[in-house]
Amino acid sequence: MLQFIQRFFGKPPSSATAKERLRLVLLSDHLSLAPDVVEALKHDLIEVISRYVDVDVPNCDVTFEQREKEVAMLANIPILGMHPRPVPPPPPAPPPPPSRGPDLPLLDPTKTGASVAVAERPPAVEPPPAPKPAKPKASGPANGHRPTRRKRRKGMSTNTAAPATS
Amino acid sequence: MHEMHEMIQEEAPAASAVPRKRGRAIVVTSGKGGVGKTTTTANVGAALGASGASVVLVDADVGLRNLDIVLGLEARVRHHVLDVLEGKVTLDDALVTDKRVPTLRLLAAAQTREKDDVDTIAFRDLISSLRDRFDYVLIDCPAGIEKGFVNAIVGADEAIVVCTPEVSAVRDADRVVGLLGDNRTIKLIINRLRPALVRKGKMLSVDDVNGILRLPLLGVIAEAPDVIVSTNRGEPVALDDASPVGAAYRQIAQRISGTLTGPPEIPRERTFFEKLFGSAK
Ligand SMILES: Nc1ncnc2c1ncn2[C@@H]1O[C@H](COP(=O)(O)OP(=O)(O)OP(=O)(O)O)[C@@H](O)[C@H]1O
Ligand SMILES: [Mg+2]
Repeated sequence: MLQFIQRFFGKPPSSATAKERLRLVLLSDHLSLAPDVVEALKHDLIEVISRYVDVDVPNCDVTFEQREKEVAMLANIPILGMHPRPVPPPPPAPPPPPSRGPDLPLLDPTKTGASVAVAERPPAVEPPPAPKPAKPKASGPANGHRPTRRKRRKGMSTNTAAPATS
Repeated sequence: MHEMHEMIQEEAPAASAVPRKRGRAIVVTSGKGGVGKTTTTANVGAALGASGASVVLVDADVGLRNLDIVLGLEARVRHHVLDVLEGKVTLDDALVTDKRVPTLRLLAAAQTREKDDVDTIAFRDLISSLRDRFDYVLIDCPAGIEKGFVNAIVGADEAIVVCTPEVSAVRDADRVVGLLGDNRTIKLIINRLRPALVRKGKMLSVDDVNGILRLPLLGVIAEAPDVIVSTNRGEPVALDDASPVGAAYRQIAQRISGTLTGPPEIPRERTFFEKLFGSAK
């Protein structure tokens, strides 16, 4: 919407800029103030990904980043290896993953913690020793007595690196 | 809690209108500083008092006392809220009666003390005992969300959030709404609106602000010289029959007491004639 205004009228009115900044800053505030929501999201995310690949759970990290024009979710999910064969997902069944040979990595090795080499390890192996210390979580409120937000929140889309809403 | 409560009752025989009622305790808060909490407390309190209700205004901004100044009562303050909490004087010794509105009282904050000096439980009990004596207990909250804020809200079951149409004020208001929790009735006053700037797209509108905060709107107060002039004089603008801002405060008071319903008026730009013949105060 802002871009639309911008294209036709040059600089948007400052109130529109204020509104947009407010939207982003509040989205970011609410995420950092709802550590329980973020924890639940992280848990579910890992659960889904674990249906397809072996995830290094202790080293998973989900953070949110406020950018110029969006709030993005950044998920760093190191992958230890493939499952021996595609695991049928539990019901209600989402479409099963495309079955590929073990020599075809599902994910770009340059972009994930996983690599073809790691994938070759026997699946039952423990994660590598001395895992990185978990990154500090987005700090909650100092006084910690903010309950989860009220019903009035707009839905937030949490696509990695995608605008939160528009 | 009950013991403290009884103690304060014993020390302070009822002085105001009707003893033993259960008044409403309303905290006026904002998070951000300087958005108009004290101005709002004074004017809404004066308007409620002028309508006949018994009202006590409690300045919870310990260390930065202002409410006495806005009400023009600074010369009458002898004791403050900490004197009462520490048992140095009775509640009646500390309550100052307003010059113009006989049903309006002020309990001043301590100017030379710190917010951390106030015991939260004792403060809550003080508010509770005030509710037994007044129809309305309005609490002027300090800026911030630290101990002063916690003390100011602890005894209140209703809150008025004051917000100006600015990004930082709305953000802080949103934060404060979260901290007030789900067990308090929260209503909104938007202060310092400039209709001409809103029209030009240079200021967030009432809908912009409340599209985010989504609170029941008690009223909208324009940015107005009347407010500054009345504060200079120590005479709440709410008592000025000729002032549009004063009328807006009186309507807020009516909305609080329930005698006025329906959506509040949004301040509009003054017409050319109004500008021409506007009173020079
Ligand atoms: N509607 C208004 N129009 C013009 N001036 C205003 C208006 N509301 C408040 N002001 C002015 O803004 C200043 C700050 O107001 P006030 O002291 O009520 O804010 P506050 O929220 O209590 O501040 P603090 O956080 O420091 O306690 C004062 O000088 C006051 O006169
Ligand atoms: Mg103040």
